[in-house]
Amino acid sequence: MADREERRFAEISRESVKFMAESTGVELGDDVAGLLAEDVCYRLREATQSSSQFMRHAKRRKLTVEDFNRALHWSNVEAICGYGAQDTLPFRSAKEGELFFIEDRDINLVELALATNIPKGCAETMVRVNVSYMDGKGNLEPQGTVPSAVQSLSDDLLKYYQQITRAILGEDPHLMKVALLDLQSNAKIAALLPYFVYVISGVKSVSHDLEQLNRLLHMVKSLVQNPYLYLGSYIRSLVSSVMYCILEPLAASINPLNDHWTLRDYAALLLSHIFWTHGDLVSGLYHQILVSLQKVLSDPVRPLCSHYGAVVGLHALGWKAVERVLFPHLPAYWANLQAVLDDYSVSNAQVKADGHKVYGAILVAVERLLKMKALSLSQQSDGGSSGQTGFAGGSICYRVSSPGLSPPPEPLSEATLGIASHLQAGGAGCPLEEWTPVPLPAMYCELYSFFGDSLAVRFSTGPGDARKEPPGPTSNPDTTRKMPQLTANLNISPRHDGSPRTDPTPPSLAATGSGRSLTRSCSSSSSVQRSRSSSRSGQRSAGLSRDVFPKARFTSSQTGPPAFSFLIGGRQMGLRCQGRRPFQTNFAPTPPLSAVPPRAYAHKLPVIGRVGKPVRRWACSHYSLHLPL
Amino acid sequence: MAAVQGGLVDADEDKDIKTEASNDSWGNNNANDGRLLSPSPGSSASAGSNKSAAGASEEQQTLLAVLQFLRKNKLTESVEILRREAGLPEDSLEPKGAESSGAGSGGASGGVDLEGGDASSLLSRVTASSTAGAQAPTKGPIQSAAWLTDKLSHHSASCPTAKLTHSAGEDQPDVNVVLSAYSQQGDPALYEVYYSGLKRFIESVLDCHRAELSQVFYPLFVHMYLELVYNNHESEAKAFFEKFSGDQECYYEDDLRVLSSLTKKEHMRGNETLLDFRTSKFVLRISRDSYQLLKRHLQERQNNQIWNIIQEHLYIDIFDGMPRSKSQIDAMSGSLAGEAKREANKAKVYYGLLKEPEIELPLDDEDEEAENEEGKPKKKKPKKDSLGSKSKKQDPNAPSQNRIPLPELKDSDKLDKIMYMKEATKRIRLGPDNLPSICFYSFLNAYQGLTAVDFTDDSSLIAGGFADSTVRVWSVTPKKLRKVKSAADLNLIDKESDDVLERIMDEKTASESKILCGHSGPVYGISFSPDRNYLLSSSEDGTVRLWSLQTFTCLVGYKGHNYPVWDTQFSPHGYYFVSGGHDRVARLWATDHYQPLRMFSGHLADVTCTRFHPNSNYVATGSSDRTIRLWDVLNGNCVRIFTGHKGPIHALAFSPNGKFLASGATDGRVLLWDIGHGLMVGELKGHTDTIYSLRFSRDGEILASGSMDNTVRLWDATKAFDDLETDDFTAATGHIHLQDNSQELLLGTYMTKSTPVIHLHFTRRNLLLAAGAYNP
Repeated sequence: MADREERRFAEISRESVKFMAESTGVELGDDVAGLLAEDVCYRLREATQSSSQFMRHAKRRKLTVEDFNRALHWSNVEAICGYGAQDTLPFRSAKEGELFFIEDRDINLVELALATNIPKGCAETMVRVNVSYMDGKGNLEPQGTVPSAVQSLSDDLLKYYQQITRAILGEDPHLMKVALLDLQSNAKIAALLPYFVYVISGVKSVSHDLEQLNRLLHMVKSLVQNPYLYLGSYIRSLVSSVMYCILEPLAASINPLNDHWTLRDYAALLLSHIFWTHGDLVSGLYHQILVSLQKVLSDPVRPLCSHYGAVVGLHALGWKAVERVLFPHLPAYWANLQAVLDDYSVSNAQVKADGHKVYGAILVAVERLLKMKALSLSQQSDGGSSGQTGFAGGSICYRVSSPGLSPPPEPLSEATLGIASHLQAGGAGCPLEEWTPVPLPAMYCELYSFFGDSLAVRFSTGPGDARKEPPGPTSNPDTTRKMPQLTANLNISPRHDGSPRTDPTPPSLAATGSGRSLTRSCSSSSSVQRSRSSSRSGQRSAGLSRDVFPKARFTSSQTGPPAFSFLIGGRQMGLRCQGRRPFQTNFAPTPPLSAVPPRAYAHKLPVIGRVGKPVRRWACSHYSLHLPL
Repeated sequence: MAAVQGGLVDADEDKDIKTEASNDSWGNNNANDGRLLSPSPGSSASAGSNKSAAGASEEQQTLLAVLQFLRKNKLTESVEILRREAGLPEDSLEPKGAESSGAGSGGASGGVDLEGGDASSLLSRVTASSTAGAQAPTKGPIQSAAWLTDKLSHHSASCPTAKLTHSAGEDQPDVNVVLSAYSQQGDPALYEVYYSGLKRFIESVLDCHRAELSQVFYPLFVHMYLELVYNNHESEAKAFFEKFSGDQECYYEDDLRVLSSLTKKEHMRGNETLLDFRTSKFVLRISRDSYQLLKRHLQERQNNQIWNIIQEHLYIDIFDGMPRSKSQIDAMSGSLAGEAKREANKAKVYYGLLKEPEIELPLDDEDEEAENEEGKPKKKKPKKDSLGSKSKKQDPNAPSQNRIPLPELKDSDKLDKIMYMKEATKRIRLGPDNLPSICFYSFLNAYQGLTAVDFTDDSSLIAGGFADSTVRVWSVTPKKLRKVKSAADLNLIDKESDDVLERIMDEKTASESKILCGHSGPVYGISFSPDRNYLLSSSEDGTVRLWSLQTFTCLVGYKGHNYPVWDTQFSPHGYYFVSGGHDRVARLWATDHYQPLRMFSGHLADVTCTRFHPNSNYVATGSSDRTIRLWDVLNGNCVRIFTGHKGPIHALAFSPNGKFLASGATDGRVLLWDIGHGLMVGELKGHTDTIYSLRFSRDGEILASGSMDNTVRLWDATKAFDDLETDDFTAATGHIHLQDNSQELLLGTYMTKSTPVIHLHFTRRNLLLAAGAYNP
């Protein structure tokens, strides 16, 4: 075209016209080609414009070749054949020269005609009816909530459903993986959602089979992660299935060989994932779950594995949930737990082992609580210095004042903000017990009274300087000395050799782990706690300690170095995962025992909680710690 | 304007046919239709009652004048075509021929063509019992010319043989006539100056006048651009377009796109959009003050160029009173040819409902008892009330009962009416607090493309039209679809038995669905007859077909459109049906006539949808010229023109009381119209894509709209119509100010799953049925 200053439309260039003419053996002059090109463009545009009405009347959004041909037909132009394919033809460029063409493969008609694999006819066109909205009120629900009696599935969907469920619940792990992946990414399974939810709700019937439970949980995860699914109120059903796995004393947990702890951990992880991603779907659900977790925790009749579930559940719901539910409940619960832990009878061994699990879980939860709270306070104090919040003077001012003051404002950077707001919104008139926020130092002191140094040691090893000073002497004069620096850092240095470590390492926490990084902090912390407790118990009741660890496989021949390592060989490892390395921890002794002040709960402290006497042998906590791997 | 008066079948004749049809068994009907299927010129000629077309002379004069002009210019081919098209005898071109018989439409002449040498003599006889063009009294010569060009631009369609032989030169003469108006030569460089001068002036006037005068911009812009193109000033035209196209209202975007691709004089030939601009004057409504202002300005400046365009191509409808505001203007503009003239909407419309025939209710006790004893007295009361109130006082706005001859009720119709009334007593009273339940009928595996859907009134059958030319009918109830037995088998059955109707059905053919094959192009519109015995389908192949739902065969193919037929619909009383298509004409047919009874011509672009008024006296048509027209079935006059949509109209619905019309378009808006006053009374915004379906609930409280955006929306129709301020109607200007209350009127939005909603239907108990094809 002569003037190219403005291109409103696709244009066919003079050169193209010339090429096309040449291909049919006609020479064209420049001016003729130019005129032709312009005319061709106009005719094409006209045909396109008139073809759009065929599209509109066919009630489609996509202009097809057929539409265009109809437009050509009605303007007395021959239709263009050979482009009726539904899929788009690949448009390619030839490297030599600026040439673009549509790849159009030759089709061997003879082959096609003589082919033996006759294509099946496509499925029959049919009409299916479903009640979409009852009384105009169905709008809140997605369309999938049609009563299943009314809704009928197409054959393809039904087949898909069968294949998927078979693959997930079947034996082949590879197939399962494929099925889960598809469930995660398939955009067209919305109609099947109720069915899948129904399958998942079957957790109650397979509580004896950890493997199946695990698969069902994976199914939940896939559904939750599918971006095309609107879960809507189904989230409630999914959450209840997950909660079942977390809380219920599953039939499978009767047999101590079954690794139901992993399942609970995974379910808790899933729960937190659901709330992170879909927490806004069902309001009040968060609150409801908190209540049910609290109920389980406060029910002494429940087995310890349920309590464990409640603790990891709370932990999964964020540190605010821990602060809100677990922390205030801890004094009451502690008595029960301690009773379990203090019972050294052989018949109690199993229960006691479970008790240690709970102990570890609580410790992890509490640690996170303290760290996050410290972090939020420090951020808040940063904000306060800039005059943003009402807390002039920030954390110091707050700390000096007595407990019972209004809670600190939610730090905006805290990711659980959304959930926490749920919590507070539902707080009015809720059956949750009255809750007054406890300032951090008080909280630490109280927790310290429970856990002793096993808690303190977790904060003592931060590499950097403390970001936050211990509370002022006026408020808590007796804790000032012992208060370790609170840092949000946890130093983990994996160890790779399984041999016991004897070299005195600087105060650091080390845990070997070949497991998933997700659970590493958990495992390391548990092991620390375990080592602490065992060593403590060794010190407190030396005589009993042999009873405590009757199955210890290692007897120590060394005498105590100032720092020691601790090897934990979980039973699971021993029996189920032969060949895996046991876990090993080593750490330095903590501040002297004499520094521990007499505290309100001191007498309740479990004997396993204190350290003082150097351990002279390698103890293998054969029965206590499960490291979620 | 193409009111077809001569074609009026008089009432007696009509009645004859109708009674025949009603008394006939299906077999006779079939035979009858079979005769219609093979129209021979002889039979059609004899069938046509040779009536002279009254009042056709003026139009004929014009026609003859054009023919003579063509002959003078030695365009004999065109003369021949036009003459054949108009059905004029050979000798009519002699001056004395002017008083010969009326002009016939092209519908019949296509067939006649085949007769060869004998054609002319036959043509003079086929003067169209049903198709003669007659001049509507209100129309002037301009419209005649428009009609003519319309005819000319489509005459190729009417004569397929001619199309093949003369396709190259056929458009030349008429387009030249049309375009010659542009030949006036001004200095092309001055166009920009003129336009920007006017722009400056309008921008400088008082606010109240500015909005009104700004209406002038668009038509001026288009006509000036076309003049430039016509006079071969391509670069100036492009520059002009470049400079001022951005100023135009956004709702003209589609037209501007067409316009911008047009840069050569040669391209102007055969471009329909352009012909529309030329053949119809762009109508503007401007208050007297504003107009005086404009006039004075142009005269002061001696701006003849613009003044000429205004004089020649614009129709300025001057009114006395306050100038309108921008929003008022925007609400009404957007159509291809500006707003409707006020007098176009002045005719009286009998929008009231016809009196329901009185049917004495048979006391079928079994049925009543089966239902429940207590309900018996209750049920009857409302029946009596509804019947009594209607029969006693005649609605002053209703047409007389026999204004349009309607078929008499058959026994089966009466039974159906009784069923209807029974159902009506169980109807759910809808309202903002009581929304209907929605059932969605999804068409699965509709790979061939679902293009149209219809339900029977009693919701027992559903039919789908598909892009692969088929029509499929499904039974929605457990009752399966059965064909009637073959003739040989029918002879065997006992015709005296009580259950003869049951016996004639062939059990072996029972199935859930039936496929009707016969069309040779996508089926764009389908409609069930009210008695559920017939199904109409209109297709891209230019035909409308009538199918029997007893035999599931095609009975008649109605040819006449010759271009794709976009929509068709049965009259609520059966017998009549309307169709509209790409040829810009809507046609009224009767099932037993293979030629149209009326042709409603006047739209400037495709007729995209057609709908019957509940009293069967009027037909509404929506078009891609973005107007809605209401036509009187009696005399073929256009009685209402509604402008305001900004895109092609794809859905229409009359309110059950006949007072209001709702329309939906590609612009995603639903507009509400008061038929009696000829006013826009509401605008419902919310949809984001083309609205393909509109339906009022049975009592008219709720309006449901279904759209390409995969939603069904429910609107509070009661409130929309109640909120009208009656003062606005009395104001002669008819400039209603619409408040934007779409959000208040929207009662609910209901999503489907990747399924465009292409049809909606309220059952007799007010359950909303929606239909569409699932397109993953």
